[in-house]
Amino acid sequence: MRILHLAAPLALGLALAAAPAAAQKKYSPGASDSEIKVGNINPYSGPASAYGAIGKAIGAYFAKINDEGGINGRKITYITLDDGYSPPKAVEQTRRLVEQDQVLLVFQSLGTPSNTAIQKYLNGRKVPQLFVATGATKWGDPKGHPWTMGWQPNYQTEARIYARYLLENKPDAKVALLYQNDDYGKDYLKGFKDGLGAKASMIVAEASYEVTDPTIDSQMVTLKASGADTFFNITTPKFAAQAIRKAHDIDWKPLHFLNNVSNSVGSVLTPAGLDKAVGLVSSYYLKDPTDPQWADDPGYKDWLAWMKKYNPDGNLTDTFNVFGYSAAQTLVQVLKQCGDDLTRENVMKQAASLKGLSQPMLLPGVKINTGPDDFYPIEQMQLMRFNGKTWELFGTPIGG
Amino acid sequence: MTAPSARQWKVAGLALLLLFACALPFLVSSYRTFQLTSALSYAIALLGLNILTGWNGQISLGHGAFYAIGAYVAAILMDRWDVPYWATIPAAGLVCLGAGFLFGLPALRLEGLYLALATFALALATPQLLKSKHLEQWTGGVQGIVIMKPDPPFGLPLDQDQWLYFFALAVALAMFWLARNLLAGRIGRALVAIREHPTAAEAMGIDIAFYKSATFGVSAMFTGIAGALGAIVIQFVAPDSFTLFLSITLLVGIVVGGLASLSGAVWGALFIQFIPNVADQISKAAPWAIYGLFLIACMYLMPTGVAGLVRATAARLARSPRRP
Repeated sequence: MRILHLAAPLALGLALAAAPAAAQKKYSPGASDSEIKVGNINPYSGPASAYGAIGKAIGAYFAKINDEGGINGRKITYITLDDGYSPPKAVEQTRRLVEQDQVLLVFQSLGTPSNTAIQKYLNGRKVPQLFVATGATKWGDPKGHPWTMGWQPNYQTEARIYARYLLENKPDAKVALLYQNDDYGKDYLKGFKDGLGAKASMIVAEASYEVTDPTIDSQMVTLKASGADTFFNITTPKFAAQAIRKAHDIDWKPLHFLNNVSNSVGSVLTPAGLDKAVGLVSSYYLKDPTDPQWADDPGYKDWLAWMKKYNPDGNLTDTFNVFGYSAAQTLVQVLKQCGDDLTRENVMKQAASLKGLSQPMLLPGVKINTGPDDFYPIEQMQLMRFNGKTWELFGTPIGG
Repeated sequence: MTAPSARQWKVAGLALLLLFACALPFLVSSYRTFQLTSALSYAIALLGLNILTGWNGQISLGHGAFYAIGAYVAAILMDRWDVPYWATIPAAGLVCLGAGFLFGLPALRLEGLYLALATFALALATPQLLKSKHLEQWTGGVQGIVIMKPDPPFGLPLDQDQWLYFFALAVALAMFWLARNLLAGRIGRALVAIREHPTAAEAMGIDIAFYKSATFGVSAMFTGIAGALGAIVIQFVAPDSFTLFLSITLLVGIVVGGLASLSGAVWGALFIQFIPNVADQISKAAPWAIYGLFLIACMYLMPTGVAGLVRATAARLARSPRRP
């Protein structure tokens, strides 16, 4: 066998000059014949600890992969550390992952502030900061930060999707916007204006609010007075509920787009009043585990079986468990594609060569695509309308 | 030959400690060096808070705010005006000295718990103020500011982490020297007198109003310098770095380390830097419960802080050989 290993490349070296790398085993720190070390930071404590479910779900999915034999015979060692959503702690924990635990890559580090804090360090060290768990748009910058890549659709993509829908279905709309005055709100605003392009004059009124404002009632009254017949609601949960209720109370019935940050039925629509939320339009890209239409879907059934076996403490109605599961599947695909070349360079190269990848818990038709100049893996979402009880998907997934 | 006096012992011990501190970055990984550097910055912050709380008896739940101001002064100077990193340290100190003095003036009328509440408000307000749109053009809003890591000067054969460690060590030594000189003499006695019995202190001719605001200012200056150092070490500042929790952590640090003790600041810094990681290692599910256990154990076993325990042990050791 050993002779064959040596002889084969020698004999076929010239003939197979195009693909010899695949036969050679190459490793960066964190990878070996038997294991691949993946690092992660998540807020298991502190104000954002609800997100910790994502970190746990990822670990539970890797446990399943390891039970099935690992990736190309290598087991995944998953090291996840708590940063409490604090940027200095994120820097410390990331340095631990890279320098002490020697991980091959950092995966799904969560939160915009934490990722901003570690981006320079990881890019300086040439360690992949792969599929970060934040919706900000700045993670897809292959020129400036070639070692950082996002995963979920970003805010600008989502806003462009609504703009595209409007251009196609309601080209003479008069749009009013309400947005939170910070980078999140402005990201949506930019995406929406870019999406409308030359027709940005469709926007007839804009109003903003501060996170510290008690209510947005006066903004809603102003927006209604502008005579707009379409409303794009770029708000976080508390304000989203207020806006939905206020629009109903002042008898304003525009075509109402709600950003998916706030499309939770339980924490936004119920407090606003389900009857007042009928007709809202929003968008999503994952299968909602509470949506009865997926009950017999094989992807959902696999997810359910995995939840019961590997993540029994996890909440079956929590989309974070779908999110972590799906993100982990994307990483597994990247590592499979790497074959025996588990260098950090190749990890980034393979992460940037995902073509038309569909996954069982992504909505049918949503595909993951990346390229050397495209560091935005998921860029499609499907629109959905609220019927008074649940969100109903309509149309097909569209890109921004 | 006479036996060395207690003072000589102390000097020898400090020299040995300094030697050990200088050797450390060559003995441990650069990740550990980085952790020790941030512990040094915490030590300076704790020293500042200890002057206020330990010596002067004023409780502050808002020193994270001064830490934040120091950090932002350093970051903005480096980011906007390309000021070299070392020059931002005194600048941060001066700004915080002013801010602390001004905050100390109205806070004078507040005693004990009322002052604690006023400073608590400061800690709550700071992250939101940093995000406000009037300051955003300088603070970078929620995004924060990313800053460059300094290279060692004069072609010293050190890596960036080792250099920063020595830089922080030098700043820390200077600050401890300053604090010692401040507290060992007349001013230190005045502060303690105000803490123990304000009326008696006033009767002895101590200008309480001035001393209290000045103490607040000096304390804020120490903490601000620590913040600037912390920002340079972390290379990033953002409002979420300076939540109320930071202020509480600092308070925990001085109590665990030892109130009104210089060395207590170092012990406290090591505690707040390393114990949360130990707790996280023990239990992922409830790291803060473990941290709480550590804290309770500390309070039971070392009611006067680590520094108090060390002092008591040293005193016992010094006594015992003389016994027949």
